[in-house]
Amino acid sequence: MSLIMLSRTAANLYWIGRYVERAEFTARLLEATIRLDSLSARPAGMGAWTSALAVASAAQGFKATGETISPMHVSRYLALDENNPSSIRSCIQTARSNARAARVALTREAWETINRAWNNLKGRTSTGGTQATLNLADQIKAEARGFEGAINRMLHSESYWFVKLGSIIERGEATARLLDVKYHLLLPEGEKVGGLIDRDQWLTLLQVVSARTAYHMLYPEGLKPWLVAEMLIFRRAMPRSLVATADEASQMLSAIAGAIGKQGQADRLARRREAALERLTIDSVFQNGLHQFLLGFIRDNNELDAAIAEQFRFT
Amino acid sequence: MQQSRAVSRSERNWGSGFDITGMASRGTFDEIWGFGARRHARPGLEELAAWTKATSRAEFERRQGAAEQYFRDLGITFAVYGEEDSAERIIPFDIVPRIFTATEWASLSEGLVQRVEALNAFLKDIYGPQRILADGIIPPELIFTNPQYCIPASAARPPHDIHAHICGIDLVRTGPDAFFVLEDNARTPSGVSYMIENREAMLRLCPELFETYPIRPVDTYNDSLFRTLVSVAPESARRDPVCVLLTPGHFNSAFYEHSFLADTMGIALVEGSDLEVDEDVVYMRTISGRVRVDVIYRRVDDDFLDPLVFRPDSMLGVAGLMSAWQAGNVTIVNAPGTGIADDKAIYSYMPEIVKYYSGGEAKLPNVETWRCREPEALKYVLDNLEQLVVKLVDGSGGYGMLVGPTASRAEIEDFRAALKAEPARYIAQPTLALSTVPTWTAKGIAPRHVDFRPFLLTGRDGITVTPGGLTRVALKEGSLVVNSSQGGGTKDSFVLMDDDAGQSRSQPQSQAPSQTQSQSPGAAR
Repeated sequence: MSLIMLSRTAANLYWIGRYVERAEFTARLLEATIRLDSLSARPAGMGAWTSALAVASAAQGFKATGETISPMHVSRYLALDENNPSSIRSCIQTARSNARAARVALTREAWETINRAWNNLKGRTSTGGTQATLNLADQIKAEARGFEGAINRMLHSESYWFVKLGSIIERGEATARLLDVKYHLLLPEGEKVGGLIDRDQWLTLLQVVSARTAYHMLYPEGLKPWLVAEMLIFRRAMPRSLVATADEASQMLSAIAGAIGKQGQADRLARRREAALERLTIDSVFQNGLHQFLLGFIRDNNELDAAIAEQFRFT
Repeated sequence: MQQSRAVSRSERNWGSGFDITGMASRGTFDEIWGFGARRHARPGLEELAAWTKATSRAEFERRQGAAEQYFRDLGITFAVYGEEDSAERIIPFDIVPRIFTATEWASLSEGLVQRVEALNAFLKDIYGPQRILADGIIPPELIFTNPQYCIPASAARPPHDIHAHICGIDLVRTGPDAFFVLEDNARTPSGVSYMIENREAMLRLCPELFETYPIRPVDTYNDSLFRTLVSVAPESARRDPVCVLLTPGHFNSAFYEHSFLADTMGIALVEGSDLEVDEDVVYMRTISGRVRVDVIYRRVDDDFLDPLVFRPDSMLGVAGLMSAWQAGNVTIVNAPGTGIADDKAIYSYMPEIVKYYSGGEAKLPNVETWRCREPEALKYVLDNLEQLVVKLVDGSGGYGMLVGPTASRAEIEDFRAALKAEPARYIAQPTLALSTVPTWTAKGIAPRHVDFRPFLLTGRDGITVTPGGLTRVALKEGSLVVNSSQGGGTKDSFVLMDDDAGQSRSQPQSQAPSQTQSQSPGAAR
């Protein structure tokens, strides 16, 4: 691209990346929560919906609706609620509006996948029953894959890098939150680590990050919570691991820096985070507290997000 | 495409209309068949005429369907003001082209160039010495009380003294040599993307026509526009001036055109919030920092350009832009204040204006116009409302208009009252027998009325007329209202190469249609 990209366009692209990623993650979360709910006896099943709200950072917003926590209410809130800015519907709507504004920076394919996703979703107000919710989740996953495919076929230049950067920042945060909720909140009082409920929850978590098969390939010794944590934090081969997202964020930022010929605070933060993760091991993470570590990662991730906005003048 | 459009008349008056001088004409002129009632085509157009007859109904329908799909896929949409649900409508496209012969085009171009030169000379004068007022050619109050007169523009001198870089001149035709200017568009005329995309659609859908006729390309427009923008950069600008297109944003009805033009010229498509002014210099905010801007092709109206000078509530403009312009640090295309030249009240003086600046008679006449501000004209108009088209001086888009022959008695009486109350706000024109072009309709091919908007670019090195333009067609039988907001459609406009060029043509269009041979067995070759 011989043109220098406008800051507004870069912001549009970055947020398309974030919102499409968020929509897909929420779809996976819904799907896995339905599974966990149906596996578990009540009230543990209800706990699945509480934790889904926590993972999606939607507990407060849901409480404000005044509705009781039930599969129907929570899935509707997470999937379709117009007042929930992170519902799947809101994410796709915002992504589409960003895509419209940045239409010239996208390929026709990329635009069409987002536009189609919105057209399929805009008329929906009810998730329907469990089966309908699962279908909706499937549809969103397929559309997100289609979008990712279209993005990967774009010329690898500024437009591509900013969309990718947005989705990576979003992905890192989602993985960290998912792990944190599982470790910090999920297990009911008195329940044993390694018990049946615990096991179902870990399998669910792996499903949310589409890593069940990957886990079994990497760890033939069976399901161990600390190994799941290790995989989701340190396994570079695992695209949703924190290490992988930190690496990829650095790469995208250096690609942009290479094109425009300068670096800034975001580049420094991204490299610092990458190097810090490099020095850590899963043992030291557990010694100092996983919860503390994950909170630290989310904080750094937010700081990087702010630095990106500042460096490229998003506002 | 919300520019205002003309006259309408009912079917009951079909064929017995008035020509420009008010005399009964020989009926309606058809661009392909002439006055010949579909027996003998006009010289040179025999093959097109045969094509319209030979192409089967099914084939027309297939191609019309394909055309619609093409435009829908491209997302060429427009919004109709006041209609909630129509945010993404497409303008109907008709595949029967209208054709100008090389000779017709040559003489038309001369008239157009003269007109646009006069518009720019007028603007330079009005925002400068105002000789034309001192010489008594135009009543001064027509300028000074006109909302289009832009006082801040008097404090600036645009680079190379060009104000209206981009003009669209709306023409109507009533006979072989009878062209009239219906309206000048010197603000931000839209529709040029249709000129180019209509041609793209025709190349795909009717390739055989391009084998039959040597047609001059229209996709040169983007290059010409870019060269024009570069040529009018401030003298102080660097060697490769930075040009941008300023759009109100993607909710604007013409956004497709804005992005299309920016894209094909390879310039940034910016919104007001992408620009900032510092010490009278305009910058755009990019991911690698501030970049100085030299030329702004703005598709934002004057009123919204700079909240410090015009409407303070405007979110579409750039604070400080006018002062940067007055300081000579940036070129605004078209310059602020050009609306005074295409105002309907000024329009009626255009023949005098052309004569005043060019020293000769206007080669392209106006449609006869009664200025209701003049008592004698008002009396005539009030006496003949049933035959006239009455327009608001500051109306546009076919709104606020009385079409006498089709109006109800009540509508006429309403206008009569309005005219008496504020005569200066109105002008009136005769209902013209606009020319027709054969057009595909539900009942097969039938004549439909058209107008024409060619686009002219004025740069440092003179005027460029792109050989083509936007033909708008009133799709309703008998209707003379071609506005897209009132059920109008568009057609491609072919300008033929002259004979010499035709024989030696090597590349009639950037995309030679050779790989896409027509499937149509009935098509003339």
